[in-house]
Amino acid sequence: MKQIAVTVNGTRHEAEVEPRQLLVYFLREQLRLTGTNVGCDTSSCGSCTVLLDGESVKSCTLLAVQADGHEVTTIEGLADGDTYHPMQQAFHEHHALQCGFCTPGMVLAAVSYLKENPKPTEAEVRLALEGNLCRCTGYHNIVKAILAASGAEA
Amino acid sequence: MTAVGQSVLRKEDAKLLTGQGTYVDNLHPAGTVFVSIVRSPYAHARINGIDVSAAAAADGVVGVYTGADLESLWSGGLPCFWPVSDDIKLVKHLPLATDRARYAGDGVAVVVAETRVAAKDAAELVQVDYEPIPSVTDVEAAVADGAPLVHDDAPGNQAYTWELVTGDVDKVFADAAVTVKERYRQQRLIPTAMEPRGVLCEVNAAGDVTVITSTQGPHIMRTAYTLVLGIPEAKIRVIAPDVGGGFGSKLDVYAEDMIVIGLARKLGRPVKWTEERSEANVATIHGRDVIQEIELAATAEGKITGVRTRLRAAMGAYLQAVTPGVPLLGAWLYAGCYDVQAYDFHCTGVFTNTTPTDAYRGAGRPEATYAIERAIGALARQVGKSAVEIRRLNFIDSFPADIASGLQIDSGDYHAALDKGLEVLGYDAVLAEQADRRAANDRKQLGIGFSTYVEMCGLAPSRILGALRYGAGGWESLSVRVLPTGTVQVMSGTTPHGQGHATTFSQIVADRLGVEVSDVEFLSGDTAVVPTGMDTYGSRSLPVGGVALYHASEKVVAKAREIAAHQLEVAADDLDYEAGRFSVKGSPDKGMHVKEAAYVAWTAHNLPDGMEPGLEATYVYDPPNFSWPSGCHIAVVEVDTETGDVQLARYVAVDDIGNVINPMIVDGQVHGGIAQGVAQALWEEAVYDEDGNLLTGSLLNYLVPSAAELPSYELDRTVTPSPTNPLGVKGVGETGTIASTPAVVNAVLDALEPFGVTDIDMPTSPERVWRAIQEAKR
Ligand code: FES
Ligand code: FES
Repeated sequence: MKQIAVTVNGTRHEAEVEPRQLLVYFLREQLRLTGTNVGCDTSSCGSCTVLLDGESVKSCTLLAVQADGHEVTTIEGLADGDTYHPMQQAFHEHHALQCGFCTPGMVLAAVSYLKENPKPTEAEVRLALEGNLCRCTGYHNIVKAILAASGAEA
Repeated sequence: MTAVGQSVLRKEDAKLLTGQGTYVDNLHPAGTVFVSIVRSPYAHARINGIDVSAAAAADGVVGVYTGADLESLWSGGLPCFWPVSDDIKLVKHLPLATDRARYAGDGVAVVVAETRVAAKDAAELVQVDYEPIPSVTDVEAAVADGAPLVHDDAPGNQAYTWELVTGDVDKVFADAAVTVKERYRQQRLIPTAMEPRGVLCEVNAAGDVTVITSTQGPHIMRTAYTLVLGIPEAKIRVIAPDVGGGFGSKLDVYAEDMIVIGLARKLGRPVKWTEERSEANVATIHGRDVIQEIELAATAEGKITGVRTRLRAAMGAYLQAVTPGVPLLGAWLYAGCYDVQAYDFHCTGVFTNTTPTDAYRGAGRPEATYAIERAIGALARQVGKSAVEIRRLNFIDSFPADIASGLQIDSGDYHAALDKGLEVLGYDAVLAEQADRRAANDRKQLGIGFSTYVEMCGLAPSRILGALRYGAGGWESLSVRVLPTGTVQVMSGTTPHGQGHATTFSQIVADRLGVEVSDVEFLSGDTAVVPTGMDTYGSRSLPVGGVALYHASEKVVAKAREIAAHQLEVAADDLDYEAGRFSVKGSPDKGMHVKEAAYVAWTAHNLPDGMEPGLEATYVYDPPNFSWPSGCHIAVVEVDTETGDVQLARYVAVDDIGNVINPMIVDGQVHGGIAQGVAQALWEEAVYDEDGNLLTGSLLNYLVPSAAELPSYELDRTVTPSPTNPLGVKGVGETGTIASTPAVVNAVLDALEPFGVTDIDMPTSPERVWRAIQEAKR
C-alpha cells in the first residue's frame, strides 16, 4: 500500500492505495465519487475523463499514485454551487446528453479543450473529441453545445 | 402556451450533468460482494472438469461455483419469449454452461469475493479442463453439409423456418419484363451502449428480493426472474435506475442476472456484477448477422410487381429473449414504401458458435430497409432511371394503405418527404458538382445515396403479436395522480434509458391538466412504484405509452369534471374546459381548476354520491395498429478513389413521425439513430476468426465512431399525423438507424458508378472500396 495525498474538487484527501489502483477506481470506490464513469477497459471511450491540474486526462490511464500531490476536478466539482459551469449549461440548453453516461467525460474534455483553443471551428471540436465516445447523441448536439460555450455562432 | 410541440429543456439533465446519476455500478450497499464470471475462451468445447481449489483459497474469495454447483438454483434455462414456428428448436440455455461451452464468452463458473479486484484475480485461478471441438461461426458455413452442430438436437443447425407469402408470386415473376436478384450481407454488430451492464441484488430476511439492474425492461425482468428462479413474482422488486443506453441490448434476460440473484439468496449478502467492456463484447447480445437474397419483379419501366426474399439469420449459440423474432420484425417491410402485388418472405434461423444475437436498434427493419433500398437501386440501373425517378414511380400514394405483405400503413406522404429532402439537399447543385468531378476525373468522387423508408414500430396490437406467437402483449399502462396540493405524478410502465420520457410525458400531462411541466413528477423503472408495464423497446414509448398517458389524463379530467359540476351545482355538460379550468357555460367567472378538484377529491367531504375519493386514473392502451414512420434520408459521400477512404460529407434526414411533442428530443433521437446506422455502413463489424475467437473484442478494434468521423446532420420533417391515436404520434427511436445505412451505401455505390461498381459489402472500409474499384477496372 502507498500513502497519497490528492486534492479532489478542492478537498484534500490522504489515503492508502494499492500501487496498481487506477485513479478512476480510487475516485469511484475509495472516495465514492461515482460521477466519473467507466465505459471501457482499453482507454478508448473517455467516459472516465477528469481534469488533472486543469487538463483533461482519462482517469483509467493513470494510477492513483500518479495523482499524488496533484489537483483533480471531477464532474461533481465543476459547478459553482447550484450554478452550472457554462459548459454544463450549454450541454443542457443544446440537448447534448441523452443517457448521460458519456456526459461527465465529454463535459470535462470540452472544458479542457476550450482552455487550450477558446475559439475552435466545428472541425476542430470534432477532432478534439476523438477520444470521447457517445452512443446516444450522434455528437451533433455535443458539438453544437461546445461551439455555443465557446461563444461561436452555432 | 401549450407545452406539446415545444422544445422544453430536459428535466432529467440536472443529475446527469453533475455526476449524480444512479447507474448500477454507482450503487454500493454495505456488505456487497462482487462477482466475476469465468468464460470459455473457446468457441466450442466440452467441459471435462473444473478445478476451483486455487481460486477458492485466494485472498478475499467468498465462494467459487461451477454451473453444476448452481444448477439447482434455476428451474430450466433462460427463456426465449418468441417461439416463432412449430419447427423451432428451443434449445436449453443455462446461465452457466455445464457440459459444453458453445461460444467464446459462454460462462462456465463464477467467483464471489469481497472486492471487485479480488473476484477478478481469483477468476484467473479457476482451472477449466476444456476439450475444444470443431466450431462454426459463419451463418452459411453452419448450414453446409457436415458442419459442426452447435446443438445435437438441432440438425443442420437449423433453429426454425418461417414464411409469409401473399399473391401469386410465381406468376408475377414469370410475367415480369425485368427482374433483379441481389445478395446482401448484414454484418454482425455489437450494440455498445456506453454503460456496460450491471446487476445488484439484495435479499432481506423475509426473502424479499430487490434487483437493481441496467435494463430496458424491469417488468419483463420481474416475470423472467420468476420463470427461471422460481421466486414468487410478488416477492420480487426490480429497479432500473439510470441506465446508460440500451439500443435493445439491455432488453434481454441475461445469465448474469440469474447468477447474481441466485447467489444473493444463497449467500444472504448483497451481490453485484459489473460488466467490463471487453466482456460486454462477448456477453451482451449482438445484432444483425443475416445473409439476404432479394429479387424484384418489375415492368420494363421499372414498376415493381413482386418481391421475393430469402434470409439466413444467425441466432448465435442460443435463443435469447426474442432472438428468433428479430427477422420477423422486418418481414412485412421488404417491399419498403413501394406498391407491389405479390410478396414472398422466407427466413431460416441458424445456430452458430457465436454470441447470441437479438434485437439491436431497429431489429429486423434496418435489414429489410437496406435490402429494398439497395435493390431498387439495382433496378434503377437496369431500367435506366435515376434513384429519384424509380422511387416516384413506385411509391405507395394513398393512405391508409393495405400493403402486399398484409398489414395496413396508417398514414404518410412519401412524395412530400422526397421533395423536401431534395430541397434541403439542394439536389441540383450537388448533382452538378458530382458531374464536374466525374468530368474532371477527380481523385475524390462524390456519391449521392437515397433511402426512402417506411417502418413499423410500437409493436402492437397484442392480438397480432399473439398471432405471431410473441410471448407478451403490446399494451402499455400509465397512471396519473393529482396530489391534494395540485402537483401531479405520472407512473409510467415504459421506462427511459436516455430518451427523455420525463420531459416528453410531462408535456403531455401538463397540457391535458392545465399545469406546468415542472408540476409533473415522472416515476418509472421501479416495480414497487409502477407495478405494471411492458417497458421500452421498438420505439413504443410515445405511440403506446404516451397515448396511454393521454387517455389516463382524460379520465382524470372526466372525474374532475364531475367533481367541479357537483361543487358548482351545475350539470357536467354545462361546463367548458380549457387549460385545466372548468367554467360554467355563460358565466365564465364561475369555475374550478383541476388542482382544486384534486383537493376536494382528497378531503372527500362533498363528493357526488357513490364517487370514489381521490383524483387519479390508470389507462392501459393497446393500439389498434403499429405506427408507421417514414421519410427520406440522403447521404452525400466523398470517396478517395486512390485510397478507398469514404468521408460522409453531408447527411439530410426528412422524417415523418406524425405530430411531435418535443422537437429537440425528437431531433436527438434521429441524430443518434443516424450515427448508428452510418456506423454499420462505414465502420462497425464484429469479426470472428476461423477458430471462433472474436477479433473485435474491445473498443480498440470494434470501431464505434467518434465525433471526428461524423458530420452535423441536416434535419427536417413532414407531418402526417397518425390517424390511429388521439395524439397523432408515431415512434422515432429507430428511424435514423433504419434509414441511414442504405442511404450511405447507396451513396458509396453512386460515387463508384463511373468505375462500374454495382455491389459492395458493409462496412465499406477503405480496403473494400479500393478492391471494388480494382476489380471493376479489370
Ligand atoms: S474508461 Fe477510461 S477511456 Fe474508457
Ligand atoms: S448520452 Fe448516452 S452515451 Fe452519450
